[in-house]
Amino acid sequence: MRHKVTVKVNGTVETVTVDSSKTLLRMLREDLDLTGPKEGCNEGECGACMVLLDGRPVHACLVLAAEVDGHEVTTIEGLSRDGRLHPVQAAFLRHSAVQCGFCTPGMVITAVGLLAENPDPTEAEVRQALAGNLCRCTGYRQIIDAVLDAARELREQQGVGP
Amino acid sequence: MSFEYISARTVEEAVALAEPDTRYLAGGTDLLPKVRAGKYRVSRVIDIKGIPELGGICETQDRGLKIGAAVTLSEVARHEAVRSRFPLLARCCLAIGAWPLRNRATLVGNVCNASPAADSAPALLALDASFVVVSRNGTRMVHCSNFFRGPGICAVAEGDLVAAVLVPGDAANIQGNYLRISRRRGMDLATVGVLVGRGPMGHRVCLAAVAPVPLRVRDAEAALDAGKPNEAAAIARAAASPITDLRGTAEYRREMVGVLVRRGAASLDAEQA
Repeated sequence: MRHKVTVKVNGTVETVTVDSSKTLLRMLREDLDLTGPKEGCNEGECGACMVLLDGRPVHACLVLAAEVDGHEVTTIEGLSRDGRLHPVQAAFLRHSAVQCGFCTPGMVITAVGLLAENPDPTEAEVRQALAGNLCRCTGYRQIIDAVLDAARELREQQGVGP
Repeated sequence: MSFEYISARTVEEAVALAEPDTRYLAGGTDLLPKVRAGKYRVSRVIDIKGIPELGGICETQDRGLKIGAAVTLSEVARHEAVRSRFPLLARCCLAIGAWPLRNRATLVGNVCNASPAADSAPALLALDASFVVVSRNGTRMVHCSNFFRGPGICAVAEGDLVAAVLVPGDAANIQGNYLRISRRRGMDLATVGVLVGRGPMGHRVCLAAVAPVPLRVRDAEAALDAGKPNEAAAIARAAASPITDLRGTAEYRREMVGVLVRRGAASLDAEQA
């Protein structure tokens, strides 16, 4: 069974015809060439496939493409503006929060979702929010620091910081 | 993984579309990995998220709650009435998976998956919840004490749709903790889960991951009502019938049930002091 899916991806309305059982992750990677979201475990354990669905992070491997008809998806490719990195991306670079890079798109997406919901998280809240994103290289310290730093910067940009 | 996908618009339509090898789809966080792993034979998937009446949390006439089948764990946990009047439900929902998973996974889905380790189950048992089950023959209510039948087995037949969870108003204001042992703080299933609560109608002791189904241990509750935490711990330990698996041995799990019941009872007293 085929479905016509109309979905806003990174600000652009796309119409894709997909099979019933195709996941959002496969649609993004195979039909829209958005290979930022990774297929790690394919069962919602590793978080490498994280995307924002209507602004909230979800595992793209656990969502069917047919389910996102009429919704809005943001991938790592959609975060930068006019060639400038999103503050979370920039903070990951500053803090060397990247080693092999496989988990990074998922980490950044979850962090962006967190800061949208909670602009001033504690370290414990950052750790809780990222509990579903596995990194096998960095030991997480730099990632946590990057997210807290990005939170500070975003608050300052928006004029609500100290 | 090959099936047809249908998005239903009404409960009646969803139930009418259910054929053999049909599964209802809400969050999909349990369903899709199981289908992919070949654990379910599925020829049709019916998405129920587009059904308006399944989408919200509303207060019932007795000041209880009705939580629709499409309501995510994140929505339950941040709902004002849940947080203020049924805090143990929020706590148990927050113990499940990680935040992005809870943005998708539903309370009803966690229940229907019927894992012995379902973290929402201890709260629903403590709160005397019931389930609204819709089939082609009509609607019936199933109390939580009759719902869980075995690992992965619950009291719904093929084609039955659990449309909502009902939490009665007189279960409000139970304070307490859901204590949980797991290998990691996030994502992992509970090795042992113990809810210890105290409300206007007495104590609550409910267990997860230590028996084929989640348990409410009324004799342990009576012991706590009588001010005997050690006795409550011994009763709860005896009520558990855990297995040994990769998360822990049966002996360890049984021992931890007693430890967590005592710890939970002590934290109640500490909060009151």
